[in-house]
Amino acid sequence: MKTSTKKLLQIIISAILSVIIVLLEHFLKLNDIIVLILYLIVYIFLSYKIIFKAFRNLFHGEFLDENFLMTIASIGAFVIGEHIEGIVVMLFYQIGELFEAYAVKKSRRDITNLMDIKPQTATKIIDGKEIVTDPMMIAIGDTLVVKVGEKIPLDGKIIKGNTELDTSSLTGEAVPIFVEEGNDVLAGTINIGKVIYLKVTKEYNDSTVAKILDLVENASNRKTKTENFISRFAKYYTPIVVGLAVLLAIVPSIITKDYQTWIYRALSFLVVSCPCALVISVPLSFFSGVGAASKCGILIKGTNYLELLAKANIFVFDKTGTLTKGNFEVEDVYSRENTEEMLKLGWIAEAKSNHPIAKSIVKYVESHLDLDLKDEFAIEEIPGKGIIAKKDNDLILAGNDKLLDMYHIAYQKCSFAGTIIYIVKNKQYYGYFLIKDQLKEDSKEVIDQLNKKNYQTIMLTGDKKEVAEDVSKRLNLSSYQAELLPDGKAKALEALLANKSKKDIVAYFGDGINDAPVLMLADIGISMGNIGSDSAIEASDVVFMYDKLTSIIEAKKIAKKTMRIVYENIIMSLGIKVIVLLLSAFGITNIWLAIFADVGVCILAILNAMRAMKIKK
Amino acid sequence: MKKVVKIIDIDCANCANKLEAAIAKIEGVKEVSINFMNEKMIIDIDDNIYDNVVEKINKTKKKLEPDCQIIGL
Repeated sequence: MKTSTKKLLQIIISAILSVIIVLLEHFLKLNDIIVLILYLIVYIFLSYKIIFKAFRNLFHGEFLDENFLMTIASIGAFVIGEHIEGIVVMLFYQIGELFEAYAVKKSRRDITNLMDIKPQTATKIIDGKEIVTDPMMIAIGDTLVVKVGEKIPLDGKIIKGNTELDTSSLTGEAVPIFVEEGNDVLAGTINIGKVIYLKVTKEYNDSTVAKILDLVENASNRKTKTENFISRFAKYYTPIVVGLAVLLAIVPSIITKDYQTWIYRALSFLVVSCPCALVISVPLSFFSGVGAASKCGILIKGTNYLELLAKANIFVFDKTGTLTKGNFEVEDVYSRENTEEMLKLGWIAEAKSNHPIAKSIVKYVESHLDLDLKDEFAIEEIPGKGIIAKKDNDLILAGNDKLLDMYHIAYQKCSFAGTIIYIVKNKQYYGYFLIKDQLKEDSKEVIDQLNKKNYQTIMLTGDKKEVAEDVSKRLNLSSYQAELLPDGKAKALEALLANKSKKDIVAYFGDGINDAPVLMLADIGISMGNIGSDSAIEASDVVFMYDKLTSIIEAKKIAKKTMRIVYENIIMSLGIKVIVLLLSAFGITNIWLAIFADVGVCILAILNAMRAMKIKK
Repeated sequence: MKKVVKIIDIDCANCANKLEAAIAKIEGVKEVSINFMNEKMIIDIDDNIYDNVVEKINKTKKKLEPDCQIIGL
């Protein structure tokens, strides 16, 4: 039988026996001594373990141990003739303990089950034979086979076959991705297409999955300010209450000579002297909050960041890859006369370039014209300016104002935000393409929500001022800084941190690859959607596994809910304890109510803490 | 040397706090944090007197929380 079941049986049997004794005493009018002996038998059956622990710890010099306090409270009750109270104290105390143990166990289990990404087995190929083994036992360079429906057990490279992978557990992306020979695959994704063979490139403990699990499981290693406060508080709470109990038992008794009453009241003090509810419910709430977040693809490296997230009010964003997609699209085309001719010229100049802007022009032209061009132009790229295409006597320019100024071309300068590529042939100006970086689908919604709460939203970018201004206007950001040099972002953030008030908490969002120093500088560094990258996981405090900015809204919600639960628990447990102490001191209440309130508040606080794990969808 | 070890069967969260406070006082323990929810102890021990410190930790444990087990120290 499990210890918990045994304990439960012990409690139930004792409760039933006590009721029987009460009835016997009432109806059969038993001799007082016999009743006392019966009660004592039940009492010892119920609490011999606690009494044993109490005395063992006492010999170790621990006299403020909760086992000891409960023993004194119950024995005290027996001594002053309140037998039932003595048993009830032990009964409820153990019910509380049992419940606490159950709740803690359940949360521990829940958090490991939350993320169903852990691969359980790997199928290794040795001499053409398949051997199923633990992923931990696989070495780099081993060949694995992954069948349909199986999880990829370790990070590797496909050496045979192609398939579709369901990556939703890692990336939140519902659309399966196609992978073939030579592609890297991540452990934790599920093969939903065909059988593939792969060569392992990382040991299990270095794989992304192992890192994610490790991160979630160890999140609560760093203690929060609130937790530290509570443990310091607990250190003083018990001695103070016990001290008061001793005073209450001695001083008024000597004055009034009514020992019975005052010792009884003092025993109530001992009953509520254990800070259980407080001490367990606070870390349990944080633990549950971290669990809830990881269920939403939000990995929080330490519970202290949950505390900070709840308070975060300045949100700083990198532009490309965070607010914008980083892929360019032609937004508008202007031509002075012949649009078709202008588009063709653009295509001729840009077709051979790999620059993202050139690609966007080529894509645009090809989707608007049926091209049948075989003209071979010689192409020259001028960095930061544009492209020159030459053939015989023809000279095409495709580039920005700097390129046109270089050739002294007369044209109408246009001041739209975005990148403008002017098209010129033989010194004659034809028109321009207006190209913009596309906003991410959820950027606007997220910034709107943050603005609504009066949080600051700031963008830092290395991009041109016009582009930054355009993005900033479209998203309605509080402010932006543009044309920052590579180390400029860190300097800008440093300045921001130096000038903020003490209450402000700055969260920085980046891709985690190029901006590791900035991520580390911020109060909370958040990286998004680069779950495969080690540097992203290492440099940031919070990782959004899914490439969705809306995760910040969810994260904030979870953090706030967790903090609310933590404060509720602190106020509730302390409040009820203080009330019980006051009522007991004035004799308005009795031991029954004291133990009931004490265990009750502990159970309530634990139930409340476990609420942090639940997420409203 | 910094180590993360498993610590199981601690009675309650407050007991974990008490044990942490007691271990922190041992000479040669640079840093210690016991996490009740994770059942883990992160501890930084002075390498020169490692064995001596571990012995003291076990003694403290035996005194405060005889039922708990520290695995991997």
